[in-house]
Amino acid sequence: MSPLLTVDDLRVSFPTRAGLVEAVRGVSFSLGRERLGIVGESGSGKSQTGRAIMGLTPPQARITAKTLSFDGIDLLEASPRERRELRGNRVAMILQDPKYSLNPVMTIGRQIVETLRTHRKISASEAKARAIAMLEAVQIRDAARVFDLHPHEVSGGMGQRAMIAMMLIAEPELLIADEPTSALDVTVQLEVLAILDRLVAERGMGLIFISHDLRLVSSFCDRVIVMYAGRIVEEIAAADLRNARHPYTQGLLSCMPEIGGDRHPLPVLDRKPEWAR
Amino acid sequence: MSTAVSAHDVTVIYEDFKALDGVSIAVDRGKSYGLVGESGSGKSTLLRAIAGLAPVASGRLEVNGRTLAPRRRDKAFYRDVQMVFQDPYGSLHPRQTIDRLLQEPLAIHGLSDAEARIARALDEVGLGTGFRFRYSHQLSGGQRQRVAIARALIVEPSILLLDEPTSALDASVQAEVLNLLEQIQRDRGLTFLMVSHDLGVVTHMCDQLAVMRSGKVVERLSAADLVAGRIDAEYTRNLMVASKGFVRTSA
Repeated sequence: MSPLLTVDDLRVSFPTRAGLVEAVRGVSFSLGRERLGIVGESGSGKSQTGRAIMGLTPPQARITAKTLSFDGIDLLEASPRERRELRGNRVAMILQDPKYSLNPVMTIGRQIVETLRTHRKISASEAKARAIAMLEAVQIRDAARVFDLHPHEVSGGMGQRAMIAMMLIAEPELLIADEPTSALDVTVQLEVLAILDRLVAERGMGLIFISHDLRLVSSFCDRVIVMYAGRIVEEIAAADLRNARHPYTQGLLSCMPEIGGDRHPLPVLDRKPEWAR
Repeated sequence: MSTAVSAHDVTVIYEDFKALDGVSIAVDRGKSYGLVGESGSGKSTLLRAIAGLAPVASGRLEVNGRTLAPRRRDKAFYRDVQMVFQDPYGSLHPRQTIDRLLQEPLAIHGLSDAEARIARALDEVGLGTGFRFRYSHQLSGGQRQRVAIARALIVEPSILLLDEPTSALDASVQAEVLNLLEQIQRDRGLTFLMVSHDLGVVTHMCDQLAVMRSGKVVERLSAADLVAGRIDAEYTRNLMVASKGFVRTSA
């Protein structure tokens, strides 16, 4: 079976006054219907990798790749129209903070219905019924009431659930989640992850989970890619993370303070220039 | 052991919203005290109440044995108590050099010998004088937080109020900043009152902590008790479970 997504030698660079800055430098992986984590620090290129797949790279940036294809469609050759057909329909993306990524002047329900009716020919009443059913699927109590609320009237956790509902309503085959729970409280974080996990499993989607939190990602995904300075430094099964070989991965794991881990001072990363090479 | 900071039955009301509802804590001198809870639990409000940035409706705040007036504090208080904020991108003036930023507290408190103090403060937070004439936008998040710590230290306080000092930073940079905070606490015998939503960070840094929820203290316990699981409140237990990461229920 051919993979859902193939990325081979992806490069994203931005022209600046100081010359070309390469944010992503030769990233390759393929994804089936599985959960893949991409982990790295700020500036490692993890988000730009996700955005390039989604087709959301700023227009001044240059993207090159030997292959960048989704289900046999060459994403680099696809017209803007074809990309729009895919976006929100077969490929969807959840962003970090619902406060900034939901439209503040539109009710939650209208935003979900808009996504659905952009991609499916259905009546307004049927779209509304499906949106409410979707809100219930992300465990929002009293979904009919939330349907008519504006984003500022709900909590962060509920806003993020609404965004998940909006992204999943068109039943995408590939979901890219860029730090989907970083803006949420720990307790709410787990509820949102559990919802995401159940829906991904039930619908057999491919998932790319982008995060700076290596531990969270490894508890959630099947496979983890670790990025540093625009490159993949290590790819490892989440279950084997404890046996990570690259010093950067090991450093990321050990620098987090643990409950009951009495280590003073904490080990810090000793960055080696050859990691970026 | 003497108490550096204490709150007795403090209530903070914003219009008709009770942000703090009868909170009491006591922080021992030279120790670190953690405040944990989810957003809206009032943990930052308590810090702000101590700093004089929140409207205290009732209750009593004490710093170094002196009861604080509800609103106005004297200059000695502002020298003795300094705060470090969460967002290093928002808490430094974007159009001032690091040098100018560090001059400000010295000018306010009329401290002489600015040259030497600035050099020492930068050195202490591991930046060195090379950073002195840069702007904050030329620095990384971790470096900015170091500047914010330097700005707090430059007036030689005895108490630091730390509001999520590392939650905007990458994990590896967080470790560096936490190590720095521990180092300066040891060197100067400072008292820390630290807000964080990360139980790992709080148990690493603090000896005692209070768990807060909707403006009230749910539980007060030592870090050792928390680690050993000697927990009374259900809510604290939930926080512990949540901080251990995602667990798939139907494996």
